[in-house]
Amino acid sequence: MSATGIGAPVKRREDFRFITGKGQYTADVNRHGQAYAYFLRSPHAHATIDAIDYAEALKMPGVCAIYTGKDLADDKIGGLICGWMIHSKDGSPMKAGAHPALAQGKVRYVGDHVAVIIADTLAEAKDAAEKINVTYGVLPANADTASAMKSAAVHDVAPDNRVYDWHLGDKGATEAAFAKAAHITKLDIVNNRLVPNPMEPRAAVGEYEEGSGVFCLHTTSQNPHVARLVLSAFIGIAPENKLRVIAPDVGGGFGAKIFIYAEETVCVWAAKKVGRPVKWTADRTEAFLADAHGRDHVSHAELALDANNKIIGLRVKTTANLGAYLSTFSSSVPTYLYAPLLSGQYNIPAIYAEVDAVYTNTAPVDAYRGAGRPEATFLVERIIEVAARERGLDPAQFRQMNYITQFPHQTPLIFAYDAGDFNASMVKALELADYKGVGARKADSAARGKLRGVGFSSYIEACGIAPSAAVGSLGAGVGLWESAEVRVNAIGTVEVLTGSHSHGQGHETTFAQLVSDRLGIPIEHVSIVHGDTDKVQMGMGTYGSRSGAVGMSAISKALDKIEAKAKKVAGFVLEAADTDIEFKDGKFTVKGTDKTIDFGSVALQAYIAHKFTGAQLEPGLKEGAFYDPTNFTFPAGVHICEVEIDPDTGVTRIDRWTAVDDFGAVINPMIVEGQVHGGIAQGIGQALLEGAVYDKDGQLLTASYMDYAMPRADDLPNYKLGFTETRCPSNPLGIKGCGEAGAIAAPPAVINAITDALGHENIAMPATPQAVWRAAQHAVMKKAAE
Amino acid sequence: MYEFDYHRPGTLDAAVKLAGEADAKILAGGHTLIPTLKQRLAAPKLLVDLHAVRELQGVHLKDGQLVIGAMTTHAHVADSALVKAHLPGLAALAAGIGDPHVRHRGTIGGSVANNDPAADYPSAVLALNATIITNKRSIKADDFFKGMFETALAEGEIITHFSFPAGIKSGYAKFPNPASRYALVGVYVAQHGSDARVAVTGAGANGVFRASTLEAALKGNFSAAALEGKSVPADGINSDMHADAAYRAHLIGVMARRAVAAAH
Repeated sequence: MSATGIGAPVKRREDFRFITGKGQYTADVNRHGQAYAYFLRSPHAHATIDAIDYAEALKMPGVCAIYTGKDLADDKIGGLICGWMIHSKDGSPMKAGAHPALAQGKVRYVGDHVAVIIADTLAEAKDAAEKINVTYGVLPANADTASAMKSAAVHDVAPDNRVYDWHLGDKGATEAAFAKAAHITKLDIVNNRLVPNPMEPRAAVGEYEEGSGVFCLHTTSQNPHVARLVLSAFIGIAPENKLRVIAPDVGGGFGAKIFIYAEETVCVWAAKKVGRPVKWTADRTEAFLADAHGRDHVSHAELALDANNKIIGLRVKTTANLGAYLSTFSSSVPTYLYAPLLSGQYNIPAIYAEVDAVYTNTAPVDAYRGAGRPEATFLVERIIEVAARERGLDPAQFRQMNYITQFPHQTPLIFAYDAGDFNASMVKALELADYKGVGARKADSAARGKLRGVGFSSYIEACGIAPSAAVGSLGAGVGLWESAEVRVNAIGTVEVLTGSHSHGQGHETTFAQLVSDRLGIPIEHVSIVHGDTDKVQMGMGTYGSRSGAVGMSAISKALDKIEAKAKKVAGFVLEAADTDIEFKDGKFTVKGTDKTIDFGSVALQAYIAHKFTGAQLEPGLKEGAFYDPTNFTFPAGVHICEVEIDPDTGVTRIDRWTAVDDFGAVINPMIVEGQVHGGIAQGIGQALLEGAVYDKDGQLLTASYMDYAMPRADDLPNYKLGFTETRCPSNPLGIKGCGEAGAIAAPPAVINAITDALGHENIAMPATPQAVWRAAQHAVMKKAAE
Repeated sequence: MYEFDYHRPGTLDAAVKLAGEADAKILAGGHTLIPTLKQRLAAPKLLVDLHAVRELQGVHLKDGQLVIGAMTTHAHVADSALVKAHLPGLAALAAGIGDPHVRHRGTIGGSVANNDPAADYPSAVLALNATIITNKRSIKADDFFKGMFETALAEGEIITHFSFPAGIKSGYAKFPNPASRYALVGVYVAQHGSDARVAVTGAGANGVFRASTLEAALKGNFSAAALEGKSVPADGINSDMHADAAYRAHLIGVMARRAVAAAH
């Protein structure tokens, strides 16, 4: 392993510019003569718009234009789309209500877009917005998931607010398993609603060049090509060749920046209308109100065991809140990204899952770090833990006796796990966590008046999404391959154009490590280019922990082609057949001789083309590749959380955290550890602190950091990390992916630890001090009663 | 933010004059006022920034009283050798307000004049029985706090100093709101001879208040043990999505015991 090659903990090359304030984010893009957009948003969760009077506002100083949904419709601009078709049990398609970028006749959540005001300055746009008089007809609103189907219809197409009632699995086989069960564990589970909160809020700068007729949109996107595709093919801004989308430095996404939103759409459309660049930057309140939220499931689960405590069946009924409109990929999250993971790491012969997706008067809900897999993992790992307790079994042993041990393993729900060693991770985690010492530590805590608990999470996820044919058959509107182009310059430096998009993941480092390693050139000679549809031909972007497994595999495939071509060039230079050329450590050598030429010289020869004719070989050294994976990848691992609770206040302190993950091959262990740290922090945030709360009228009560609790450094423990490795057989690099693992694994580990400490199961996320205190009181009274 | 005029007077007299103009707002640390302005929830005509009025800054000891200028930052109070020596409980409270950014900008005068029901300082002022000195008069702590965000200050009246009795054994314990880290419940206890004063912030539906049951329990026995099993009734205690009245009332007892234990 070289100091910068595969497996080396290379410091992130992008961090110098980020931590010295030299990054170039969308908000840093300023154009001559730009105007500012401000969105007038609905103060009501559900209302008809009976009239919008903006005559006076139009006369305010600095105002260029005011547009409403009518203007979009007049220009034949289409609504926002949901790109994944889900069918109900009866085969009918999901009920997708219209989703105009600016409301047409009705608003459906607080923060919904009523009008855009474009002015010389943002302050002038806001001043004008205050002069707009909207006549609303307030309608009954509902934000609650469980009661959505009994509430006033959000969309006429779905009178009972049900988007679809979907199912997966063999119902008959599952009922049969429950009929013969020796023990059934039942659990009601709520997966709390979260606000993504990337550090950089969303932003957009729309431009239109009259001479060429080309639109350009700078935006905070995780997938600029998908944004262009949707804005072009569905919304109808302009054909793809007349629409350039650039996602420059992006400060975190966590899923929320996958989607095509109203504001970005309106900015690029309006740039032509007003004849000036149009800029919008969300403030934090707008981010809370109008970024797609995450999670929000209400479930009932039952687990069937035989007399030997082997799991024989699982059935799950889930209601998933998709908010007021279907966001770009929202329909897939509580279906194919969720239910197939309900097998967890366990050999469960029969599983049946039903999912009702519902509309409510809340912000749209879509993928958020983990997207469906945290919801599945939370459900599985909670009910497994409860079952172990009910049966008086050690939770680690109960898991071990039900682990899948043979691979490949076909679960009852779509997935074929290709490789793994779940027990190896458990054994290592038990050792790192000093599980044997838990009893003594519990006694020590008790002596200090504290309650100590330990909780497990033995998670698996499906990522590296995904084989295009597979997701196509499940309803996806796109393929989920990735593209790469490797351009070797004449003196041997390299640009790699990738369809992946880095918004914190460190691609400029890891991708360069792969290239440096393969071509034997210094990492400084490698540049990674991404995020611009004019530079990178096509790409599917970054989410679902796919950039390593899919994006880097595409680069690897392009590098194979580079190597093959370079060998031909070297053959002409060294006067040998290309089949006799070996390539190692950046040098081409004729087998069995000392005739050699380095990579840079071969690159030069490829471009000066003196040693071969055009008939023999094309000049130049540039290759592209599209890589479509053969399977999902299946990262898995065991996290163990140990908490100490202060029963006087209900404060939960995480004392120890052990994570043993199997991510397959690792390119940069330092970046992988960082991904795990961040993921666990978000998972702990969900378990202990975060929760989006709407009141009964649909007002978002947690619309700022005064009320929405984000995890801070002092909420988090030191993490003890370990790794096991089974290479992924489904891609050339053996990578499984690591970006979401921590966020998926962490919440059940925390809640299992808290319920272990309290001695009863009834605690919801976020387990706030008040909730824990109350549960602790309950536990104390229960104990006294016994 | 709406447009306003900004003034930064160099003397108290000039500041008082400006503050007396119509729709003037006084700017101290700005931690409440600036966000309010940014959200367009206030539209003053002019802002009178007190940062250049040097006589409002600093700590000194005079006639057994610790005198703290209204524009003294939390960080200054926390680090002041005088405060640490004569009212270590107050220094500890200041060291626990917000984060370093907040502590280097926020001021004791701004905090007390604003009387946010979840601010830390009002509890210390009340429990220590401090005197609030303004450009016009002196006001006893018991007469100063009038309810949430309300004080005895008249329009345009500026707090200049606080006078705390030095050498009092006192302590503060705060249970922070997990989101904002403001006090969900904060309790300041102070020993005045054989009496005790206990002031509670964060929890009162009407802002900071004295907890008479706890004061009675501590009379003649200023110890955590004296408060065992004691709390305050939940009537008049705040209920919101972060904590209901019963939990807050319970926490008042817990924090009071911890404050006494921490007192020195």
